Order: sequence, then structure tokens, then C-alpha cells
Amino acid sequence: MLHQIAGPMEQFVIKPIVPLHVGGLDLSFSNTSLWMALAVAGVTIFLTMGMARAALVPGRWQSMAEMTYEFIANTVRQNAGEAGMKFFPLIFTLFMFVLFCNLFGLLPYSFTPTSHIIVTFALAMLVFITVIVVGLLRHGLHFFSLFVPGGVPGWLLPIIVPIEIISFLSRPISLSVRLFANMLAGHTMLKVFATFVVSRGAAGGIMSAGAILPLLGIVAVTALEFLVAALQAYVFAVLTSIYLNDAINLHEHH
Amino acid sequence: MEAEAAKFIGAGLASLALLGAGIGIGNIFGNFLSGALRNPGAAASQNGNLLLGFALCEATGLFGLVLAFVILFT
Repeated sequence: MLHQIAGPMEQFVIKPIVPLHVGGLDLSFSNTSLWMALAVAGVTIFLTMGMARAALVPGRWQSMAEMTYEFIANTVRQNAGEAGMKFFPLIFTLFMFVLFCNLFGLLPYSFTPTSHIIVTFALAMLVFITVIVVGLLRHGLHFFSLFVPGGVPGWLLPIIVPIEIISFLSRPISLSVRLFANMLAGHTMLKVFATFVVSRGAAGGIMSAGAILPLLGIVAVTALEFLVAALQAYVFAVLTSIYLNDAINLHEHH
Repeated sequence: MEAEAAKFIGAGLASLALLGAGIGIGNIFGNFLSGALRNPGAAASQNGNLLLGFALCEATGLFGLVLAFVILFT
């Protein structure tokens, strides 16, 4: 029986649904494109339908839509100040997209686009390049004083400045790997536990009762994964606003 | 030593990163609890920071896990 069980990594395989090759490029509509499109559709339905019949006293759906909006708006205001609110649409879009990709990935037989580093890295690079462009536009070359923290004695600068530059350059890597690793690890863990259930259950007789433990494990891990899915989307939004705060306000922190 | 064996040992060593993540998560929740018990009124306002710290800390351990996967599957 064991050889019929799919490996824990098989869930991450990208399968083309509508093959499409232009020149040397593989532009196929794959399962990852499908689930990203579904996430966008989910966000659109959640927000537009929720606010379609906006009432002064909101119903359940409307208050959920309003609460997510308020929640991210407060986060941005806290971390990047009033000036950062100009970038609220960007941060809210990133948050909702990542959140819905993560949550839809928890549906059985679905696919998690955010479990692929190229997806999260593209999002992180978007943030990184936005920060550099905004910083250079607002402060010009003065933006590079970001690498020189205030109140540091002069003889320490040759050490501090390279460290600051390296930590700045590693931001897109840590931002993308954090999200991708969380999704990858969680989904792998679920599938490993599922393998235990199947192999124990197939043992036959009284031994099959051993399947109940990993099954309870799956339930617990699934609950944890819901927390992680929301938390990682939130962390992505918070870090984006903290990075944007560097570009907007340079040294003054909120 | 066979290259295959070294690969598995390396992957096992890479997952030791979870040791640090465990210590870190314990630190965060432990310190939050001791702070919250001293000043329960301020505890609720710090829930966001608590979860943020937890998520950042957990991710550090997962970097090691990703390294293990990279070693195993490339």
C-alpha cells in the first residue's frame, strides 16, 4: 500500500492546465496561476460584495470587510505615520493577496502559490524597489544616510555601514523566504502526518487504532496553519510598512 | 564517507536551526507572560507585538528547514 502514497513534496508540483508556449517562454496557465486568479477573485468578491449594500449599521459581511481595512490602515499609520498612508493601497493589496493565497492553500486538493519562492520573491522585490524609488525621490542622495545610524561614534562607522548595507540588501531575501518557508513547512508537515495516518490505518486489525494519534495531529496542525496563514500575511504587511517608513521618514521613527 | 550519507547528515544539522527558534519562541511568550502578570492592563495592547515577535522568530528556524530541503532535493 505504501508505494501508492504521494510524497510530501508532490503537492508543490506545478502542472500546466492550458499549455502556452510563446517563443522560448513557457507561459502556460498552470495550477499556480489558477489559484492566484482565484485569490484575486476571492478578494474582489469579499470586498465589493461586502460593501455593495453598505449600511450605516454594518452586517456581518460588511463589518468583516471594514475590520480588515481598519486593521491594516491602523498598522500602516502606526508604523509609517500619516505620510505612509499614501502607500496604504499597495500594502492593503499585498496583505489581501497573500492572505487569500495562504487561506485558499489550506483547502484540500488546492495549491498554495505562496509556497513557491519565486512568487514571494517577486512580491518582496516589488516592495524593495518601491522603497528605493520612493526614498530616492523624496530625499535624493540624502537617502543613503539611511546606512549611517545616528549617535554612532566615528571609529565604529567602517564596521556599522557595511553591516547596515548588507542588512538592507538582504531584506527582499528574508521577506520572501519567511513567507515561503512558513507555507512550505506547514504544508509539508500536514502531508507527513497524513502519510502516518494512511500507513497506520493500512496496518490492519488493532494496529489501525494507531492512526488516531496522527489524525489528531493533523487537526491541531491545520488549526496552527490557519493562524500562521493570517499571521504571515500580517507580518508581510507590517514589514512592508516599516521598510516604507525608512524611505519616507528616513531617521525619525513612529 | 559516501556523498549521499553526508547529504543526510548535513540536512539533519541544518534542522538544528529549530533549536534557536524554540528558545526564541519560549523567550517571547515567557517574557510576555511575566510582563502581562505584572501589568495585566497593558497586556491586551501588546498582543500584536507578541504575535509579530512569534512569527519573526518562528521564521528564523524555518530558514534552517529550507536549507535542509535545499540540501536534500538539489
